[in-house]
Amino acid sequence: MIDRSDEPALLLIAPTGGGKTLAGFLPTLAELADGRHRGLHTLYISPLKALAADIRRNLRTPVEGAGLPIRIEDRTGDTTYTQRRRQRADPPHILLTTPESLALLLSYEDAPRIFVGLRRVIVDEIHALAESKRGDQLMLGLSRLETLAPGLRRVGLSATVEDPPALARFLARNPDPCPVLLADPGPEPDISMLVTEEPPPWSGGGGRYAIPAILEEVKRHRTTLIFHNTRAQAEIFFHALWLQNSDDLPIGIHHGSLAREQRERVEQAMVEGRLRAVVCTGSLDLGIDWGDVDLVIQVGAPKNVKRLVQRIGRANHRYNAPSKALLVPANRFEVVECQAALDAVREHDLDGEPRGPGPRDVLCQHILATACAGPFEADRLYAEVITAGPYSALSRPAFDACLDFAATGGYALRAYDRWQRLMQVGGRWQLRDPRAATVIRQNLGTIIDTELLKVRLNNRFGGVPLGEVEEDFAASLTPGDTFLIGGEVVRYESLQEMTVQVSRQPGRDPRVAVFMGTKFSTSTLLTHRILDIFRAPSWPELPRHTAEWLALQRDVSRLPTEDRLLLESFPYDGREHLAIYGFAGRNGQQTLGLLLTKRMEEMGLAPLGFVATDYATLIWGLEPVTDPAPLFDPDLLRQGLETWLQGNTVMKRTFRNVAIVAGLIERSHQGRRKTGRQASFSSDILYDTLRKYDPDHLMLKITREEAMRGMVDFGRIEAMLARIGGRIDLIRRDRVTPLAAPMFFEPGKIPVEGAGRERLMSVAAERLMQEAGLA
Amino acid sequence: MNWHDFTFCGHRLRALPSGALFWPDERLLCVSDLHLGKSDRLARRGGALLPPYETRETLTRLDADLAATGALQVICLGDSFDDDMAAEALAEEETLWLLRMMAGRGWTWIAGNHDPAPMALGGEHRAEIHLGPLTFRHIAEAGAAGEVSGHYHPKASLAGKSRPCFLIDAARIILPAYGTYTGGLRSHDASLTALMAPTALAILTGPRCLVRPMPR
Repeated sequence: MIDRSDEPALLLIAPTGGGKTLAGFLPTLAELADGRHRGLHTLYISPLKALAADIRRNLRTPVEGAGLPIRIEDRTGDTTYTQRRRQRADPPHILLTTPESLALLLSYEDAPRIFVGLRRVIVDEIHALAESKRGDQLMLGLSRLETLAPGLRRVGLSATVEDPPALARFLARNPDPCPVLLADPGPEPDISMLVTEEPPPWSGGGGRYAIPAILEEVKRHRTTLIFHNTRAQAEIFFHALWLQNSDDLPIGIHHGSLAREQRERVEQAMVEGRLRAVVCTGSLDLGIDWGDVDLVIQVGAPKNVKRLVQRIGRANHRYNAPSKALLVPANRFEVVECQAALDAVREHDLDGEPRGPGPRDVLCQHILATACAGPFEADRLYAEVITAGPYSALSRPAFDACLDFAATGGYALRAYDRWQRLMQVGGRWQLRDPRAATVIRQNLGTIIDTELLKVRLNNRFGGVPLGEVEEDFAASLTPGDTFLIGGEVVRYESLQEMTVQVSRQPGRDPRVAVFMGTKFSTSTLLTHRILDIFRAPSWPELPRHTAEWLALQRDVSRLPTEDRLLLESFPYDGREHLAIYGFAGRNGQQTLGLLLTKRMEEMGLAPLGFVATDYATLIWGLEPVTDPAPLFDPDLLRQGLETWLQGNTVMKRTFRNVAIVAGLIERSHQGRRKTGRQASFSSDILYDTLRKYDPDHLMLKITREEAMRGMVDFGRIEAMLARIGGRIDLIRRDRVTPLAAPMFFEPGKIPVEGAGRERLMSVAAERLMQEAGLA
Repeated sequence: MNWHDFTFCGHRLRALPSGALFWPDERLLCVSDLHLGKSDRLARRGGALLPPYETRETLTRLDADLAATGALQVICLGDSFDDDMAAEALAEEETLWLLRMMAGRGWTWIAGNHDPAPMALGGEHRAEIHLGPLTFRHIAEAGAAGEVSGHYHPKASLAGKSRPCFLIDAARIILPAYGTYTGGLRSHDASLTALMAPTALAILTGPRCLVRPMPR
């Protein structure tokens, strides 16, 4: 690292636990050792607040030990107001922060003064940041920093990725070169599937059946990390684990919905070696040094080989010891997925989709934030923006459209010339109303959470914060309902001032808190490997229960294959069902569900809803499908994409996210009560209005671009259609088939708003009226 | 028939799926909480620049209801404009459109809490208006009878789907908000359950009117 410390940009790729973070700081420590540098020298950016705090601890020890005159501080959403103010007035030598906190710092008028002496930027876990808009925002931030502190050097630290040069181009200032350093990957991991006496359930997630076996493993190891794919699953699992933890092993829980105090307690206990295991989610995914972890357990199929490899790297921070990991399939389908993942890890087969160009909603936000810091010239800002890797191909007209949106709203109807947000004074753009800066700053960031409400435990002292739940979930509660949070069963008492008041209710069966888990699609690579496994005549490598299940499916119906599309049709619970085994990943299957239900609506089949998994879509409705050919005509599907693109739930959700990031609508802040019901209306109304009156508006264009890439993923449907080449098999059965059964338990069912829904609504209305004796 | 007819204080009234209330015998159309000029008000205050199309969208729907019902009298139940300045700030073509609809019709603006007195436009300006046994005012009053009001933007759900709704009992009708950029208040809210009798009905708007007991 020291040898290459003069490179303008450098990407270091090392497996987790390779000591790469400290390596990234070596040139900084060397340059600061003589005590001559004044002000900020190095900015360290990580995707996690916890990581920033952790690095601060790890860095201070050697620095203070060697008596170096270096001030090291972190700054995140958790930093106190007083300390944040002091940091602006008198920045430390090394500041450890997150992309969001950096964006906020850059939006202050005194940003030029804060960053004037900056020499180095270290971006940790850059592979994780590059997976979302946070990475795009950060790279725009770096382009800004480069202007404030010319000659800045950038270092990216990444776990193993499939395409290092692409990540290097993302990091470097365009068109600077960016050499890639590859560290020794270390020994092969020791990874296997956990064998339990009890077979996994037919369906569902969570892996509760495996708790006895997992507790045995925890006992056999010093410290175990137990990863779950969603927060809700982590909560349920932790609760169940405690009920069976007869030896009282010290086990904690850690995820992003818990209150900061709760998370910090667990982190501290972990650092001090007081915990034997932590049940966690992606919030512990990244390079936090947890000391003595010697086993990683992944509950639920990993969905993505790359992430699995990174998680496995959490075990054994000693560089030359093999990492030890166990996969615990949550249900029988996941047994197959886990087997496919094991094969892929052994064969070093990493998955990954190429990154698209930098999204323009992030650019809109960046323009507004830049205006908060002070007046700017459009030409200069454009020149600066295209130095950011993700925006290197951005055209000037595309940039101007974003600037126009930020300034006037960018509507075809020029109603707002009077009320611009930005206006030009002497060739430079500035805020019309400087007070608007407060609102813009409050809305910085690209992470869109569903609306969350704080949960507090009622007591005499005003309440203990426990964590957060989704607003929709809170709205579904009535007093007396119980749910799980932080591993405790609590009783819902009331909703006060945007806070959910609860009391302790030990020992009762809880209703489950439904947190929004990040839904990753199973990668293309893994789905292909699963279809390969299905081809085998028998499955000696799989546990018997799963092999028998697949055999039963083959017997009752058939197994999906690579070159044909399998459909199953059956009645259940008074509804007609159609299962489509497209293996196009969760997002692709969801899009397929939207397109097919649209066609079914037109054909009078009265679809009511659907649910998508990584391998299939299940549609239910009032009429059966008998002839699938017209549903799967590729041209009609593509056409449907165009028409459907105009008006469905997923698009509206995408629009909402885009509109929040771009600054069209404000995110709702916890603790800040809405000013009145008239002030808040659904973003769906804005979407419908724009579609009707301004269909070429920038927000709709960005929404379409976004949908094509992420949540819609039509590319994988095209690939599937090419794969099957029109070979479709529809199998009719009189009951649920073995392979379709798990889908009935999938969360995230999407209703179809159509004739079927109206039919059901009027039936429901009549029934209610009759029951009330009014009709 | 996508509307819902009902009898209120001895008179036949019709809830339209758009959220307007029609009194066929009087050829009277009543709408509430139009909130015209909302995006303009937000922009003026330095907030977000929302799509400036809500006024024409609301007027389009009102125009369609007037044409369909042949109404000769119109009562706007208050909060017709997002504030008094919004009435003055309407685009010229929108003002003309509104004037065209007002021409040849009896038109009454009831004062709301957002727009006490949008005097620039014609029509009558009243705090409340009495027609036969019916009283039209912006905010419902406790103990009133034969009252038609707005203000609360009530909504209710059916089969998991929430929509703006009328609330109706023997003594009063609360209209849904007619304006495009408006949110809603669930009928469970204490301010609504306190006003409405236990036997009250909710009439959901949408493609057609759907009647259910008021969720509370």
